[in-house]
Amino acid sequence: MNLWQTIRVAVRALRRNKLRSFLTTLGIIIGVGAVIATVAIGEGAKAKVQEAFASMGSNLLIIMPGTSVAGGAHGGFGSMPTLTWDDLKAIQSEVASVELAAPLLFSNMQVASEEQNWSTRVSGTTPDYFTIRNWPMAKGRPLSQSDVDTGAKVAVLGQTVVDKLYGPNSDPVGQTLRIKSVPFLVIGVMAKKGQSPVGTDYDDAVSIPTTAYLSKIQGGLKNYLSGMIFVGARSLEATRRAEIEIAALLRDRHHLQGGIDDDFSIRNLTEMASAQEQGTKTLTTLLSSIAAVSLLVGGIGIMNIMLVSVTERTREIGLRMAVGAKPRQILIQFLVESLTLSTLGGLLGIAAGLVTAQRLASTFDWPMLIRPDVIVIAVGFSGLVGVVFGLYPATRAAALDPIDALRYE
Amino acid sequence: MPRELIELEQVVKNYHMGDVLVQALAGVSLKISSGEFVAIMGSSGSGKSTLMNLVGCLDRPTSGRYFLGGNEVSQLSRDQLAEIRNRQLGFVFQNFNLLARTSALENVELPLLYQGLPTNQRAERARAALERVALGDRMDHLPNQLSGGQQQRVAIARALVGEPKLILADEPTGNLDSKTSVDVMALFQSLGKNGITVVLVTHESDIAAFASRVIEVRDGRVLVDRKQQAQRAQQAESLSAT
Repeated sequence: MNLWQTIRVAVRALRRNKLRSFLTTLGIIIGVGAVIATVAIGEGAKAKVQEAFASMGSNLLIIMPGTSVAGGAHGGFGSMPTLTWDDLKAIQSEVASVELAAPLLFSNMQVASEEQNWSTRVSGTTPDYFTIRNWPMAKGRPLSQSDVDTGAKVAVLGQTVVDKLYGPNSDPVGQTLRIKSVPFLVIGVMAKKGQSPVGTDYDDAVSIPTTAYLSKIQGGLKNYLSGMIFVGARSLEATRRAEIEIAALLRDRHHLQGGIDDDFSIRNLTEMASAQEQGTKTLTTLLSSIAAVSLLVGGIGIMNIMLVSVTERTREIGLRMAVGAKPRQILIQFLVESLTLSTLGGLLGIAAGLVTAQRLASTFDWPMLIRPDVIVIAVGFSGLVGVVFGLYPATRAAALDPIDALRYE
Repeated sequence: MPRELIELEQVVKNYHMGDVLVQALAGVSLKISSGEFVAIMGSSGSGKSTLMNLVGCLDRPTSGRYFLGGNEVSQLSRDQLAEIRNRQLGFVFQNFNLLARTSALENVELPLLYQGLPTNQRAERARAALERVALGDRMDHLPNQLSGGQQQRVAIARALVGEPKLILADEPTGNLDSKTSVDVMALFQSLGKNGITVVLVTHESDIAAFASRVIEVRDGRVLVDRKQQAQRAQQAESLSAT
């Protein structure tokens, strides 16, 4: 009797008890389904985090002016303007791993079109900022270096501001925007960027040249840069190096002796992203371990039913032996039965897992990423479960004595 | 000197029942030739079932020798015995032992499955065997759709399909009414004419009357071994009609 005939005999035996066969596989279906769904969703969440951080800009470092320490009480970041315009120039020119560096001075204030007004974040910056942040224009033109040099009263708007002030789908380029009653010419609209990983709406912003910001909106201390510096490193690998080099440069420029805290802080968004990713990964691992446990439970379910089946079919086994089945053929038959159950369960589990992942992904608006290797592993594992947990019942069947088996009531 | 189909020489079979040693067969010697129709009789505990199991290669003797078709089979392995049962023997049981929810045809095919025959040959031979027991029109019926007599005939077809030299029947009429029993005995008698040896275990003397030889067993020994004029079983209408 060849393998194909054995499989057909096994399938026929399983078909004689359809409901029970299905219930037996249910454990495997749920186990495999859960593994596939959790991994798909976990990968989706990871992709979502990556996407969110990528939208903030790649290879990004944010330098904030330092905390003041007065009598042991720490002020927040920016409580003391410690960064100077010369620091910015030094970072741009002296640090090799830095590609671009741009200042960002910002404040929340009221802005107004002819008809509407809206409170938003107004930033003074330079063209490099948009490059560092990977932020293309949707309409009009971006800020130019000559805008900065001449202190031109021009503004680039985020999509949310456009919607609030000029209405959705409108083109405000060429219109006038008043910031603190100072008229600015709208020259462009930035592409929609969505939310930051912490939920800030990137598109709720107005950008103007730093020079115009300082002269018309909020004059600062002459030498001090009362905002943040955005730095784009040359590559992902260079980000960490840039962070160290900038720190060293700024400590040197600020004459900080060893043992004194930095009077600035550098945020490495790449590291934040990988920390977040690590978090999702841990969660995915945890969930899929739980799912793997349910696979194990499913395997025990198969063993249980196969043992019942061997007992119930003792006479059948006796008869098969009487008409010439060798113990090995009985062993293989029962092994193939449990293998068929578990593999079938595995295949159904894949379907269930994919459907579940798809549903959850569309409900939570997450991307869903199918990992083919996980599918292969899940099916392989369920097959293994079938063999491992089928072996004992099958051995018991094969070890039966035909005389006793035929007499079994 | 050529041996008979079955030759038992001083066959002893002991069982352990817990700590107690039970001697089921206490040295049985007998010869059965091809085409004989032998009834083994005895009360329960006489050793007749043990004798049947040994002759049927389901069990091995504790001592003594058993030649089947001239070859000694008393010390063969489980696999070798399975092979012999598959190729040379056919079994008929009191409770039919048909696979439930499996068609008559597939039940009859079962021994051929373990011979490794391809599907179409299996079906062909199983069909022929069912026709031989006059069940050609019931091939797709499930056991629970057949009467007791029909079920036993399916079982006989299953015993015949491998073209055995020897058919062993253990109380084959025990679950049948007397009229159907005669049908089945007629079938067994007809096999002898084709050179198939039938060994039948029964405790009913009116069933044993259809055999050409009766062996009575008691306390693990052959008590009586006599040839007789077999009563002819009248083929009942039910069999010829179907």
